[in-house]
Amino acid sequence: MGPLPLDVPIPGSSFTDLLTAIGSGPALSIPEGTQIPVVPEGTTVLALRYQGGVVMAGDRRATEGHLVAHRTIRKVFPADRYSAVAVAGVAGLAMDMVKLFQVELEHYEKLEGVRLSLEGKASFLARLVKSQLGMALRGLVVVPLFAGFDYKDSQGKVYSFDVVGGRYLETDFGSTGSGSRLAKAYLRTQYEPDISEDQALVLAVRGLVSAAREDTATGGPDLDRKIYPNVVKIDTDGLVEFSDDVIAPVAEEAVETVR
Amino acid sequence: MTIPFYVAPEQLVRDKAEFAKKGIARGRSIVAIDYDQGVLLLAENPSTALHKISEVYDRIAFAGVGKYNEFETLRKACIRQADLMGYLYSREDVTAMGLATAFAQTLGAIFTREPKPYEVEVLIAEISEDGNEHRLFRITYDGTLFDERRFAAIGGKTEQLTEALEELWTEGMSLADSIAMGTEVFKRAEGRESEGWEAGVLDHSNGRRAFRRLDESELN
Repeated sequence: MGPLPLDVPIPGSSFTDLLTAIGSGPALSIPEGTQIPVVPEGTTVLALRYQGGVVMAGDRRATEGHLVAHRTIRKVFPADRYSAVAVAGVAGLAMDMVKLFQVELEHYEKLEGVRLSLEGKASFLARLVKSQLGMALRGLVVVPLFAGFDYKDSQGKVYSFDVVGGRYLETDFGSTGSGSRLAKAYLRTQYEPDISEDQALVLAVRGLVSAAREDTATGGPDLDRKIYPNVVKIDTDGLVEFSDDVIAPVAEEAVETVR
Repeated sequence: MTIPFYVAPEQLVRDKAEFAKKGIARGRSIVAIDYDQGVLLLAENPSTALHKISEVYDRIAFAGVGKYNEFETLRKACIRQADLMGYLYSREDVTAMGLATAFAQTLGAIFTREPKPYEVEVLIAEISEDGNEHRLFRITYDGTLFDERRFAAIGGKTEQLTEALEELWTEGMSLADSIAMGTEVFKRAEGRESEGWEAGVLDHSNGRRAFRRLDESELN
């Protein structure tokens, strides 16, 4: 390890700006006319609000064209103690974005001694999405979903994004990925404001199953192999991931219910 | 053309060292103490806003004494270095030993090259993944690196504090015991009551990010 980076010119406390300053920033570009290879893509993730918090869930499948590339990929990640990020789109780029986002939040917290506001975190994630615009226009798209607990008004919140870095605060729920329309269509008929945490967990898993019923790129719960969706909840006590033991019965019930 | 005065290198180093020591002696000291679950960092600090103790990485913490703006600059650079290494390679590749040598290089270079040395002394603490092994590194204003065991003290009262620590430290103390012992050590070294405490721990029970700031209720 060399001497400490005392002379790197970084205006603020951003880790991404530090990476950019040393020439390893996230912005990538590929020349026009390049043949884009078929790469693994992650599909459906969703998040919905309940009384006092928010749940976020994602299926486990990654596809490569018409093939299943991975059966047990993870698309829902803790961003910090009070927020989570889920991703859909090109898996490799998405994992990079999540990793950078996680380090960015922790880095800021350590340098400044306080956490970013929820709005601040969402705003930064939008910046990361926007930095990938060049790739997105060539077909390598990553669109995240962000959820967290906002201490300002003690509520769970969901932010969705678009390819150009647009950021939208959702009133009830959000979803992104190939099966997102199907998941949202299901949630739209079933969702009610101020539901309980248990109800939210059930709805989240059913929403994914509903998407998997018609979208082949979305993997439903695989009961034989015991592959279940990843689900996290965030409330005033922070982020908790549900264990497979909790999700398994919910998934079995969802497969029964959603025809 | 004016000819610069010749100053012998011995004289130059002595003057700089004296200057740095004087600056450090003006500030208050910090101790690090091993206890059964981790490492306690305890500082006498009347301010609740300006911190001397900080989280650096998953199992690594920093403490600095002397001139605030100088150790704050070092603290930030240290966090940047740690997060960069962890991001580019793997989280387990960030070690207190690596950071301590980076501090030594940096402070050593500043001491010899800059007209004014940094008036600081820093401490890097680390607990191993299983929490059983603790490491303490102390780096002085001129970049000298000390590898300490069981406890360490930095600041103007290092000698008095170390003397009291030698006498009072015992193996396998609980956190509460080590806090009580730490405050007693300060009382002996300073010969007066403290004007306020700042404390943090690297504790095995805290999960991946082992650092936790202690609040006032835990200190009294």
